[in-house]
Amino acid sequence: MSQPDDFGFTEEAALLKESARKFFNEKFTADVLHNMVAGDPSPDRAPQVQWDEDIWQQMVDLGWSLLAVPEAQGGVGMPLVGVAGLVEELGRAAFPCPLLSTLAASYILSACGSEGEPALTEIAEGATATLVFADENGSLEPKATPIGVSSGNLDGTGYFVQDAGKVSHLLVCARSDSGLSLHWLGTDAAGVERTQDSIVDLTRDQAHIHFNNAQAQQVSADASAALEQALPALWTLYAADMVGAGEWLLQTTVDYVNARQQFDKPLGFFQAVKHPLVDVMVMIDQAKSLVYNAACAVDCEPEMARQYAHMAQASASDMADYSGSRAVQCHGGIGFTWECYVHLFFKRQRHSQMLWGDGPWHRARLAEIVIDAVA
Amino acid sequence: MAEVGQMDTPEQAEFRQSARAWLEDNRPADPIVRLPLTPLEIMTEGQLSYLQAWQKAAYDAGLVGCDYPVEMGGGGKNDCQRIANEEMLAARTPYMPNVIGLGMAAPTVFYHGQEAVKQQLLPRLFSGEDIWCQGFSEPGAGSDLASVQTFAERKGDKWVINGHKVWTSLAHFADWMILLLRTDKSVKHDGLSYFVVPIRSALGKGVTVRPLIKMTGETGFNEVIFEDLEVDDGYRLDELGKGWQVAMTTLLHERGAGDLVTPRSGGMKNKSSHVSNASSLISLAKRTIRSGSTAADDPLLRDRMMQQLVRETGMAASQRRTRVTALQDHPMRLPLQNKLLMSEIAQDTAGIATEVEGAAASLYLADDAAPDGGQWPMAYMNSFGFTIAAGTSEVQKNILGERVLGMAKSK
Ligand SMILES: Cc1cc2nc3c(=O)[nH]c(=O)nc-3n(C[C@H](O)[C@H](O)[C@H](O)COP(=O)(O)OP(=O)(O)OC[C@H]3O[C@@H](n4cnc5c(N)ncnc54)[C@H](O)[C@@H]3O)c2cc1C
Repeated sequence: MSQPDDFGFTEEAALLKESARKFFNEKFTADVLHNMVAGDPSPDRAPQVQWDEDIWQQMVDLGWSLLAVPEAQGGVGMPLVGVAGLVEELGRAAFPCPLLSTLAASYILSACGSEGEPALTEIAEGATATLVFADENGSLEPKATPIGVSSGNLDGTGYFVQDAGKVSHLLVCARSDSGLSLHWLGTDAAGVERTQDSIVDLTRDQAHIHFNNAQAQQVSADASAALEQALPALWTLYAADMVGAGEWLLQTTVDYVNARQQFDKPLGFFQAVKHPLVDVMVMIDQAKSLVYNAACAVDCEPEMARQYAHMAQASASDMADYSGSRAVQCHGGIGFTWECYVHLFFKRQRHSQMLWGDGPWHRARLAEIVIDAVA
Repeated sequence: MAEVGQMDTPEQAEFRQSARAWLEDNRPADPIVRLPLTPLEIMTEGQLSYLQAWQKAAYDAGLVGCDYPVEMGGGGKNDCQRIANEEMLAARTPYMPNVIGLGMAAPTVFYHGQEAVKQQLLPRLFSGEDIWCQGFSEPGAGSDLASVQTFAERKGDKWVINGHKVWTSLAHFADWMILLLRTDKSVKHDGLSYFVVPIRSALGKGVTVRPLIKMTGETGFNEVIFEDLEVDDGYRLDELGKGWQVAMTTLLHERGAGDLVTPRSGGMKNKSSHVSNASSLISLAKRTIRSGSTAADDPLLRDRMMQQLVRETGMAASQRRTRVTALQDHPMRLPLQNKLLMSEIAQDTAGIATEVEGAAASLYLADDAAPDGGQWPMAYMNSFGFTIAAGTSEVQKNILGERVLGMAKSK
């Protein structure tokens, strides 16, 4: 199979992206974000879950949370390229919400066969969900899951759970004698206890979750296979988020260096400022093109999806770091303050950079495919 | 990868069919001489005549100048050059020798030349019978191109040209030159005008071409001296004083950001040619033994090779994205990155390859023990031609910062 030249980015996808940009521009500018999440600068502030459930509900009403749910389960079944367009806009707004987690859970559930269908139907009806699989070291290998399951009951603690304070459901990767399996349960189920982490990124929330004989519904007897199939879509979406956030950092910084004068010139006149920002732009464009290339592969060229998703993540992770660092540096002293919005996106980018594996990690996996696997 | 031909119009699909059929039956025989990495290092008549024969054959088959009007020697088609290029690249035909003619002179003459000049010059330009060169740079005018001093003085309906051009690629074989010069010394940009001039016929009669030797040891570029060369006013492109605007058409196409697609072939694979990309780099690493295993097992080299593969794939994906309007915020943002990316990626790929080779990277073309025929150290050195010529990488970044991001001009 092969890709359509235009990535399969249809009129419908373009409309969705455009309306998402409008939506966030109208309802959720950076000052609104700052007011919402940056109230307490104290480094030892207590963990908080800060978001706007009303705006989120409007997003749900627009159908965004069920885009990745197949039509048969009451969702939209939109191709990944279209979903990536929406997520790019989400990243540009850094809107705190469980959209990414829920989309990710939808892709995993879709890879679970008929067992996953009831949970997908719940998402179509408004449920939100996040994946629990990491151990206390943040291992990216599902087989490292610290959670055990026996006769449908979960025990143990899962770490680095994204959006844990915002979702209604958990999708848990657990181990039993017969291997790795996936399980679905509500966050308010008996035996589930959530401890919020104190984190740097103000636009997200993260927790570790304790399971104490918590009863859950199995959605897949083969978690490895389901994750293997779904991970390229997840990686691609998280990369799209970084692209959007990178673009916000770039545009904001360019506006600043064009307006601010020193030595009787706008800062952008100086090449030590101009060239790094051009480098940021080029990195964003590389990552963005690789995101749509990977998304299109998931849609149309599945045999290449993994490779291309590694490329998108590798490129986006490196860019996430550089876009954040140049934005702070080029703003000078004001960029180093809490009052300047740049830190919100700097922190989101650093969080995203590490979340699903950074550049070197993805390149190492890519090398296993293109160097070692080919004779 | 994107599937070739999927979005073809009926005209393109039919054209593709016939191009493919012709290429199947007419792929040129391997050359008996070593071909240089790019047409800009053509050194001998033997290399030139082999490549000229190929370009002529491709032109006669309708694969060159496809989108130009028929009365100028073109094919009169709509957006078919891209198709011809895809088919020629897939068929791994040799590159074409008249690169400056095809890529820069043709669009410039097309947009700015008088009708008679187009009809006179374009057919032989497309066929490769006339080779073209570009007389822009001077000893005192490189990145600051608008400061050229070569001067044309009016004499009736003729102009008398005096001056000194440098780095003029292919001038040693060229019949014609696109020439940026000054017709008014009192103003900078608005004092420039643009001509096409026959230089081969004027050798020894107002034009002197002297080869310059590149750091690789090859020739390919030259200095060109004009002493009282007389040129007809009909060979002026566009109005007097509009030379800078005309030069922008040339430069936009030279940097792969113009709207007329340049005929392109190349990628011929034989022992005398070398393709420098991530996959040939990986193949080199797998063959290179170091302390008991191969260079392809070294984690640091793996990381750097993958960086190149990612950048290369990203560039190809960006070229596709250029055609999807909804995925762009600024129309020139991707096209203006082409030249910068291509040249920087080529440089880094070749640089890493020489590190993979290690001590063996010391061996050059004439050493039988040189891995890949010594082409990687050659490619590495040669790559600086790409990052310097046609506007240096630094100048490309100025342009991107100023035109796309709206930053103040650095000059
Ligand atoms: C292989 C090759 C083939 C060529 N072929 C042709 C040809 O066919 N026809 C032709 O006309 N020319 C040709 N050139 C010339 C080429 O266009 C010039 O070399 C180029 O424009 C740079 O000019 P320069 O050499 O005078 O360097 P300079 O302009 O002196 O630059 C020297 C260094 O300073 C940097 N620099 C200069 N200005 C700035 C600035 N404003 N901001 C930041 N950095 C700056 C440059 O990036 C470079 O690193 C060729 C060059 C090469 C290497």
